[in-house]
Amino acid sequence: MISQIAFVLVLVGAVALFAYHVRLLRKTILLGRPYESPAPVRQRWLQMLRVAVFQQRMMDKPIASAAHWVIYVGFLVVNLEVAEIVLDGLLGTHRVLAPFLGSVYDAMTVAAEVFLGLVFVAAVIFLWRRNVSKVPRFHTAEMRGWPPLDANIILWTEIFLVLALFFMNAADQVLQGRGVEPYSKVGTFPLSQLVTPFLSGLSTSSLVVIERTAWWVHILGILAFLNYIPFSKHLHIFLAFPNTYYASPEPPGKLRSLPQVTAVVKEALGLPTENGTQAEASTLGAKDVTDLTWKNLLDAYTCTECGRCTAVCPAHITGKKLSPRKILMDTRDRLEEIKRHIHRTGKWEGDGKALLGDYITPEEIWACTTCNACVRACPVLIHPVSIIMQLRQYLVMEASQAPETLNAAFVSMENNGSPWAFPAAERAKWAENLTA
Amino acid sequence: MAGKTLAAWAAAGEKPEILYWVGCAASYDDRAQRVARAFVQLLDAAGVRWGILGPEEACTGDPAKRAGHDFLFQMLALQNIQTLRTYEVQRIVATCPHCFNTLKNEYPDLGGAFEVWHHSQYLWHLIQTGRLRLPPSLSQEEVETIFHDPCYLGRGNGEYEAPRAVLRQAGVRLVEAPRSRDFALCCGAGGAQMFKEPEPGRKDINIERTEELLATGAQRIAVGCPFCMTMIRDGVKHAGKEQKVEVLDIAEILVEKLKNS
Repeated sequence: MISQIAFVLVLVGAVALFAYHVRLLRKTILLGRPYESPAPVRQRWLQMLRVAVFQQRMMDKPIASAAHWVIYVGFLVVNLEVAEIVLDGLLGTHRVLAPFLGSVYDAMTVAAEVFLGLVFVAAVIFLWRRNVSKVPRFHTAEMRGWPPLDANIILWTEIFLVLALFFMNAADQVLQGRGVEPYSKVGTFPLSQLVTPFLSGLSTSSLVVIERTAWWVHILGILAFLNYIPFSKHLHIFLAFPNTYYASPEPPGKLRSLPQVTAVVKEALGLPTENGTQAEASTLGAKDVTDLTWKNLLDAYTCTECGRCTAVCPAHITGKKLSPRKILMDTRDRLEEIKRHIHRTGKWEGDGKALLGDYITPEEIWACTTCNACVRACPVLIHPVSIIMQLRQYLVMEASQAPETLNAAFVSMENNGSPWAFPAAERAKWAENLTA
Repeated sequence: MAGKTLAAWAAAGEKPEILYWVGCAASYDDRAQRVARAFVQLLDAAGVRWGILGPEEACTGDPAKRAGHDFLFQMLALQNIQTLRTYEVQRIVATCPHCFNTLKNEYPDLGGAFEVWHHSQYLWHLIQTGRLRLPPSLSQEEVETIFHDPCYLGRGNGEYEAPRAVLRQAGVRLVEAPRSRDFALCCGAGGAQMFKEPEPGRKDINIERTEELLATGAQRIAVGCPFCMTMIRDGVKHAGKEQKVEVLDIAEILVEKLKNS
């Protein structure tokens, strides 16, 4: 009874804490400007199914994809066991699903154990790639300090949770063999049965302690991990779904025109303007994260820092300062700063700092060729170029800080209708003396 | 020649089948002008009645837009849309993927919806419909050619097949770069980089890309963009290979085939 009460308190507390941080996160993301996906709802679901549920773009890298699939499916399968653990915790029962599921229960425990083993292997592969074989994209300039630590914490936590379940099942089986109440004979455990011989010498009371401790460590670990996720790159396990749902399926070559600019330009050209397109007094482009759209901000929280974008970025490859991943990480870091402020004071009224300047330098955003390789590489449809373009718009239209040579091209485009300073009258010169 | 300015077509009380959107590069750059001439030779060979805007064409605004200057972009775009509407233009073909992308994807939101083709797509269309007849005796070449995907044709708009199909049809032996199609490396000119100095780094992007293309051993590099043309030619010169490796637009390769037959 006491353990049931303790369990309820811990469970309710952990879920409430998680819910608070999710709401805070939502509030922070919605500080962004309006955005609407141009896709019809059906197409959005299909895109999410293809890219998030079936991880289509992960397959670009087969080894990472295979290991990722294992952890993804393992997470889903083991959640069935977690559901049972939660029920047992609430009801004070032991393996409550067994009598109801019969032979299906055996299948469930077999699947869980097989995937526990596979997840263990996959996590070791990921740790190896990150720390031993040193895949280059995990070791660029922005990957120092917290980001690699975050990644390792996630992987070690997964290994730790797997081992807890493993020991729980092993002890359970020995107890089942001895006919100790309430350990009735249920489930099939293909992996943990391999270590039962090593536990068979222990006393029944020691085994009960091992089984109970593993049970509690596992569920407490999961609840702690749940509350770690909102502060971690691991948020992608949730946000990949809304992010791929809302991502625009328009060709990446397309960049939207600013409506407030259209109104001004149409007026200047003496063209009729549509009703209600009054020029808003909002900032042109983005100086801070609050000038970006909420989809850009969702992108930043969805990013799991895999670095596929940076690995294919021509500017990064040739040693420029730009790294698309850093653009997303900076956006998120700035958002976290704002989120902490909202957590303390309940609202956001600015702190004199900004994304542009305090986090991202003009040198980085001017290195982009808008080639969209980063957009193509992202497994969860994040759009780094969208953020870069909005920062450029601010620099050029609000701060008048374009590079010199670009200013010359602007002047020429205005005067000659061409970025090169040639007169329009000579446009058709190439076609002179052409004979059929 | 079956081409003249839209003003001239209108004066004659007629309309051409297509508007060839020449773009600033092919209007003013010596090397890109040769591509424009090659392309209209192909149009003539296929019997396509084509028009250009001539002095009435202005930059689509792509470099302004990618540089963050939406005012200048929209100023140019809205004026071009006015001109295009005046001549009731329906079908546009561009030899520059940046013009192509801007006309196709960004003009519709500003009230200018046209049917827009990249010249590789249009040439493939002319071949498939039998209007552009390649000599039947074309045999496959010995030399290898590598096609460098322009970002705004490939990744930007998902067209990887048309330029390759045109080249293959012309008997070109195609090889692929390690980074090709949707993972092709940029030449370094996009995003208004063509009109500014590169940011400090270890290497220029066009050098990185050209080295990759040259390393395949291909003796001809095919391009589909005037900016790529400039960047890759500079890269080939930098490698001291300009005597050994040609850089040609797909239209130029096709014209060669027609002439040599």
